[in-house]
Amino acid sequence: MEFFRIKNDIPFMRHALKFNIISLVTFALAVIFIAMRGLNLSVEFTGGTLVEVSYPQPPRVEDIRQALSDAGYSDAQVQNFGSARDILVRLPNRDDLEADRVSENVMATLSSIDGPEPELRRVEFVGPQIGKELAADGGMALLFVMVGMMAYLAMRFEWRFALAASIANLHDVLIIIGFFAFFQWEFSLPVLAAVLAVLGYSVNETVVIFDRVRETFRKRRGLSTTEVIDHAITRTMSRTVITHGSTLMVVLSMLIFGGETLHYFALALTIGIIFGIYSSVLVSSPLVMWFGVSREQFVKPKKDKEEAVV
Amino acid sequence: MNRYPLWKNILICLVLVFGLIYTIPNFYGEVPAVQVSSAKSTVQLDQSLIGRLESELTATDLQHTGVFADENSIRFRFADTEEQLRARDTIDAALNPDPQDPSYIVALNLLPATPNWLTSINALPMYLGLDLRGGVHFLLEVDMAGAITNRLDSTTGDLRTLLRDRRIRHAGVTREGNTIELRFRDTEQREAARRAISSGNSDLELAARDDGENDYKLIASLLPQAAQTIREFAITQNITTLRNRINELGVAEPIIQQQGADRIVVQLPGVQDVAKAKDILGRTATLEVRLVDDSPGAIEDALNGQVPFGTELYTERGGGPLLVKNDVILTGDRLTDAQPGFDSQTNDPAVHLTLDSPGSRIFRDVTRDNVGKRMAILLFEKGRGEVVTAPVIRTEIGGGRVQISGSMSVEEANRIALLLRSGSLAAPMEIIEERTVGPSLGAENISKGFNSVLWGFVAIAVFMTVYYTLFGLVSVIALTANLGLLIALLSLLQATLTLPGIAAMALTIGMAIDANVLINERIREEINNGVTPQAAITAGYERAFGTILDANITTLIAGIALLVFGSGPVRGFAVVHCLGILTSMFSAILVSRMIVNLIYGRRRKIDRLAIG
Repeated sequence: MEFFRIKNDIPFMRHALKFNIISLVTFALAVIFIAMRGLNLSVEFTGGTLVEVSYPQPPRVEDIRQALSDAGYSDAQVQNFGSARDILVRLPNRDDLEADRVSENVMATLSSIDGPEPELRRVEFVGPQIGKELAADGGMALLFVMVGMMAYLAMRFEWRFALAASIANLHDVLIIIGFFAFFQWEFSLPVLAAVLAVLGYSVNETVVIFDRVRETFRKRRGLSTTEVIDHAITRTMSRTVITHGSTLMVVLSMLIFGGETLHYFALALTIGIIFGIYSSVLVSSPLVMWFGVSREQFVKPKKDKEEAVV
Repeated sequence: MNRYPLWKNILICLVLVFGLIYTIPNFYGEVPAVQVSSAKSTVQLDQSLIGRLESELTATDLQHTGVFADENSIRFRFADTEEQLRARDTIDAALNPDPQDPSYIVALNLLPATPNWLTSINALPMYLGLDLRGGVHFLLEVDMAGAITNRLDSTTGDLRTLLRDRRIRHAGVTREGNTIELRFRDTEQREAARRAISSGNSDLELAARDDGENDYKLIASLLPQAAQTIREFAITQNITTLRNRINELGVAEPIIQQQGADRIVVQLPGVQDVAKAKDILGRTATLEVRLVDDSPGAIEDALNGQVPFGTELYTERGGGPLLVKNDVILTGDRLTDAQPGFDSQTNDPAVHLTLDSPGSRIFRDVTRDNVGKRMAILLFEKGRGEVVTAPVIRTEIGGGRVQISGSMSVEEANRIALLLRSGSLAAPMEIIEERTVGPSLGAENISKGFNSVLWGFVAIAVFMTVYYTLFGLVSVIALTANLGLLIALLSLLQATLTLPGIAAMALTIGMAIDANVLINERIREEINNGVTPQAAITAGYERAFGTILDANITTLIAGIALLVFGSGPVRGFAVVHCLGILTSMFSAILVSRMIVNLIYGRRRKIDRLAIG
């Protein structure tokens, strides 16, 4: 079986400008959403208390809210989590409460409500300091990845490739975060891990194409830069689709079977993979082209032998 | 051209066998076990106890299937739960003759069922994180500023006593923030004080300051090294105390670790009762100093059941009964440090105690009034007291530095110092992070994670075999090898597997296939270009190699960043991710090539490759 029997190179670069305008728009939209709506950060980042309980029968969320409010937790967020029987209670950090006793008080309050007895599934309490540190560490990791990959690409390839790959990757990352901002999905530590994994994954894709570009420059003479890039993308097309298809299969399996805990993690990866293909083919490649990549950068011009004149 | 030398084949096979062996322990599951740990910090676990318990078990016709001992516990494995329960009763009866005052905690437990020959080569199952097992996780922060202030407060008292002893007139010694200010009326007294202090105390840095006529000051501050020592002491001391307290919970494999400069991680797998765990972690000082009632005849009366009024009967550790007065002179929170050492005159082993300033004042007064009498140091655990030591007071002891000496060995001195420290925290602590995962959620997380990996793998395997036929099958074998090696590595390193770790495993499968796809696509391409099958295989693997390397190294950079900067779930993800990249490179390049070589390499002439 073979999906791609492409004889002639597909002229991807002819449409480069159009795609890049689309990219620019989505990129701008992502930035706007992040700026306007902000991220729905999980307790891990903001600090606070999160209690997940499970009931044998669906409880009345309104009762729980009322009971918590009566117990002095008027700022508690109560919502269903996964199913109607699972309830998530979230409380921001407050100075006037003894933080490490909040979860017990919440559990005691929930047990005191008439009706089915809740079973404790999970408690998370994070002090405000820890939250800030985690956010800072996340930022550092992002920076480190960007710098590390640029340095490696600049060393193995050329600065143009490094720059183009970085822009394309940043584009992917921002779009994922944009999605999380737009839908107000919870941005947790595993999601951050997914975002950083996408960064590695997406650059992987870019590298495969760049590798081909470099090889084509070295092997084939007489092609224009645009033709070389078109050729490289077309040749790797099959691999791109299959690899991403495979990864997507696994990630979708995680999305389906992984349950609530892995849900957003898998979702971030899904978005990342889809945009990863797009960005490496249609964002980073045109960028390298515009940065002025050419054959001379890879093939040392042969020096004419100076023959001694007799 | 497509043949590996024999040594290379053997080497790859060896790695695969090695991977298989270290993967196996994960499939054995768990068996019932009985865990014995010490209930008192005075009770030590040692080799002789194992022998004793083994003979007890044989005496009651019980056969254990393995014994494991570490620093904190001894564990016996049993064939079934019935034997486990009987063994628990036998051991409990043998070790704790008085159920009201148990010296050992005997708890039911689960242990990996790994056969002994595997355990002996260190092939153990992966260590499951709390999110997969259920349990409690605490992150505690030690109040270092509090530790320093405590020390400065006690030093302030020391200095005051020192100046008085040397008859140096001063106009006040006070702690101001992180410094101690000593005020003097004239410079001569100040100079005398400076000499006195610097000869006796090497932790302080002294600076003179003149604040006008008749107001001469000496500003004492802690030297950076001294402050550093205090901080390090505070954290190790708190960890020791926590360990002693957590022992009471009888948790199977508690983790108590320092994290960063001033944080302690406590993980209690299997514990669900957060409130109890917190109470035990937060328990306060349990050390008391009281006077011994040595009046003639009193002890005999007490042993006959007539305890004199105002006293209590206790047992001295390793000694006889002792009558102790009810009045508490000092409690453990007055103690700032206890270190083993030697008596400066007799060179006998001794324990040096440091008290804070109110403590040292009380202590001086009491010792002055009771020279020649005995003083008991009691340790209270779970509401029950035991006399650790009861030395005779020889002279008045001032300055907050107390020495306990007498007939003790160096080892004993070490142990008493540890005991005295074990009751109290060196600095207050605060819980800054807490996670509880219920056991049902843990089991659910495992099955969900496992299913994601399984179905992801199946989907890829089916697709690869259909799309690339024989070469696809080879890729699937390589992928299986990859998964096996990854699990083997994780087991060998005893890295903790968490839910994000399982997610990383799934992702690794998805990404690992990339290398195989790159190779297979290259081979197809070469064939389409009209190259012979044998040459196509060689070219395919060789051409793809550079790309695979570049692609994986960039991914590895991201993985390492996660490892360095991540914490908690991110780190759990990163460990598996990084290892997965390494194993997938090995299996995609070497394992798959070996198989392809074995299939095609021997044949001289091949018409076509089965690559779909």
